Amino acid sequence: MANFYTDNPNLKSHLQHPLMKKIVELKERNFADADKYDYAPLDFEDAMDSYDKVLEVVGEICGDVIAENAESVDHEGPRVENNRVIYADGTKKNLEACRKAGLMGMAMPRRLGGLNFPITPYIMAADIVSRADAGFENLWGLQDCAETIYEFADEDQKSRFIPRVCEGETMSMDLTEPDAGSDLQSVMLKATQKEDGSWVLNGVKRFITNGDSDIHLVLARSEEGTRDGRGLSMFIYDKRNGGVNVRRIENKMGIKGSPTCELVYKDAPAELCGSRKLGLIKYVMALMNGARLGIAAQSVGLSEAAFREALDYAKDRKQFGKAIIEFPAVAEILSVMKAKLDASRALLYACARFVDIYKIYDDIAKERPLTKEEKLEAKAYSKLADAFTPLAKGMGSEFCNQNTYDCIQIHGGSGFMKDYRCERLYRDARITSIYEGTTQLQVVAAIRHVTTGTYLNFIKEALQAPVSEKHAGVKKMLEDMAAQYETAVAAVIDAKDSAFTDFMARRLVEMAGHTVMGCLLLDEASRSEAFDKSLEVYVNYGKAECAKHADFIANFKLEEMQAYTF
Amino acid sequence: MSLNIIVLAKQVPDTRNVGKDAMKEDGTVNRAALPAIFNPEDLNALEQALRLKDMYPGTKVTLLTMGPARAAEIIREGLYRGADNGVVLSDRAFAGSDTLATSYALSAAIRKIGNYDLIIGGRQAIDGDTAQVGPQVAEKLGLPTVTYAEEIVNADGGHVVVKRRIESGVETVKAPMPLVVTVNGSAADCRPRNAKCLQKFKYAAVPSEAAADEKKKALIEKRQYLSIGEWTAATVEADLAQCGLAGSPTKVKSIENVVFTAKEARKVDNTDEAIDDLIKELFANHTIG
Repeated sequence: MANFYTDNPNLKSHLQHPLMKKIVELKERNFADADKYDYAPLDFEDAMDSYDKVLEVVGEICGDVIAENAESVDHEGPRVENNRVIYADGTKKNLEACRKAGLMGMAMPRRLGGLNFPITPYIMAADIVSRADAGFENLWGLQDCAETIYEFADEDQKSRFIPRVCEGETMSMDLTEPDAGSDLQSVMLKATQKEDGSWVLNGVKRFITNGDSDIHLVLARSEEGTRDGRGLSMFIYDKRNGGVNVRRIENKMGIKGSPTCELVYKDAPAELCGSRKLGLIKYVMALMNGARLGIAAQSVGLSEAAFREALDYAKDRKQFGKAIIEFPAVAEILSVMKAKLDASRALLYACARFVDIYKIYDDIAKERPLTKEEKLEAKAYSKLADAFTPLAKGMGSEFCNQNTYDCIQIHGGSGFMKDYRCERLYRDARITSIYEGTTQLQVVAAIRHVTTGTYLNFIKEALQAPVSEKHAGVKKMLEDMAAQYETAVAAVIDAKDSAFTDFMARRLVEMAGHTVMGCLLLDEASRSEAFDKSLEVYVNYGKAECAKHADFIANFKLEEMQAYTF
Repeated sequence: MSLNIIVLAKQVPDTRNVGKDAMKEDGTVNRAALPAIFNPEDLNALEQALRLKDMYPGTKVTLLTMGPARAAEIIREGLYRGADNGVVLSDRAFAGSDTLATSYALSAAIRKIGNYDLIIGGRQAIDGDTAQVGPQVAEKLGLPTVTYAEEIVNADGGHVVVKRRIESGVETVKAPMPLVVTVNGSAADCRPRNAKCLQKFKYAAVPSEAAADEKKKALIEKRQYLSIGEWTAATVEADLAQCGLAGSPTKVKSIENVVFTAKEARKVDNTDEAIDDLIKELFANHTIG
């Protein structure tokens, strides 16, 4: 009888952020669907009430079904029979519950069978699902791929595939190959156009999450003789047509319920999605940004699970005659865990709101030309989304790993045993800082916004908002962090050495991240005192982290880089 | 082929989550202290109805409940899961009904709904545990009954095939429609609320609920599917002598709070004599028998 939405009031605070009014009104085109669809909202309050109610259903399914099945799914896992994946029983039940509840295709428009939810409440659902079972989040969250079809496929393809996703068919994005992991430009899967104009795919893909899905998005080389990203196109493969077999599934450390497949394409019929040659440079980039936001949500959900497990255990476990939570050393770990959780969640939803606004403008632009103001606004939010996505994914996944590590630490020796949930969380967390771009690649994506000032501008603007008396001290600390960050960035840029910038990039991005998250928590705390403690703990923590990096950068001489080579 | 199905449901106090103040000093149930929920086995019954609706498109599922206006909450819960409409049978005249009076009132309402192929209810409600209402409704309507159903396999050719849980296993029976089926708690759990249905029906209400809310009233006026029926004894042309307390031969003398006081286990030797003594003792203190 658990509900993972209603037992966590912070989620509702994020959902009710002031920017939601703008998002909902844009997304609903001033509620034009109200007379066309019986489940469309009548006004802003009605829409918000619907998100709240649907998230309550998500919370209930997560608490009662998905979390309950998580352990058996972890043990049983999926298997391959006759080249097809068979999910664990618990996974089948989870999927069935999500289908029956109509939680597939949540962000798709109503005319294609979706709920037309903005990204923000959809990402909130992903956060909640991940707390219940991070591995299942992958299967459920791959409905993201429908977004790519919606954005780039033609009208006929949209009307054929998207309603199927809304009905509950699953998806996969087939990108990685044995020799093309982080470097997707090397993708070799061959797309051949036949005389009648149709396409077939031949080759091998590896590490494909949910690779036996119903509808695949496939990155393949359509331009013979090319070797770089410009020769790649995006294809849609429909499992109903056959031609792709699952050779094996990986035996993984974590997220074991989510099948990771090696796929063999043998004259598999497929259709081109969008324009030729834009597969990697445009579509995969868009797909990856959505997927990265999903992993950021997965990380936050896991962090939440880890914090709760640790807190419960620390309250319950008695040593030296008292509960261990009463020892400052333990209480500090828990406080920092909670602060990291709240900070990464604030960043996740800030990012989701930015993504919402620019994507909705993109969509409106298909219906009518945007006004000049709208164009400027769309561009500004697009830039913020671009800057915040790698930050949310990179730092969120690192925090999630730290929190699951600390969760085991709180459990002591018991945490090392298979008997407690924390060991599964620890294993499940490990992949979050690797897939959909490692933390190191998130830094590569984020550093542009360090050098061009996107983060600093955001921070400066955020710190202009007036704060209450009780937050004055924290605000001062954040101003100091911002100044320190500005100095460190200038020092690195002034060196005019790209290798040096790459070397220092992680430190600079982390400094930006800590300061940005501090500002976001300050904003949340201005509306709800539930964030006060995390704000204080996080800014203390972040300031010390920033000082460490600032010290390293200030005292580092360019020639010392020699010591860091092999 | 499509069916008309009536699902009998009851809003009950959640006796699975009983707190300290669940009982008043006079021994009666303190309903205010217990959250009101959809009777669990009625949810199993609803799931069977919804599965038939999945199998036979065009099937209509109508929920029927007897209780105060707030029992409309469980009608909404049913609508969120896929039911088509609902009726709350609500009248002071029904207050104090035992199973006989309840089944009388329900059967009058079912006649009023009319044109039914199948009436499905939970085996029993967790507040009374009688399991009498379903069979009594069948009796009053002159219909056959299948009890302890675990799965309604199909409803083809004017018959239903039902798997029912019996003491020694599962029995599969075939029975002609229309009929009453009561569903066991071991049947499939009810599906979750559906996001679209939830958004569609969240303003559904009985007239007395909507009376105070002009906005809601106007919306229901415009969207008739949001109107949940609210029927009185007069609506279903019930004979008042058979309703409520007047129609209830069962009188509750008192409700006792039975607290098991034994704290320690007692070991009984594994001999015929010792077991014989134990059984006699259990008979003597009314634990069994």
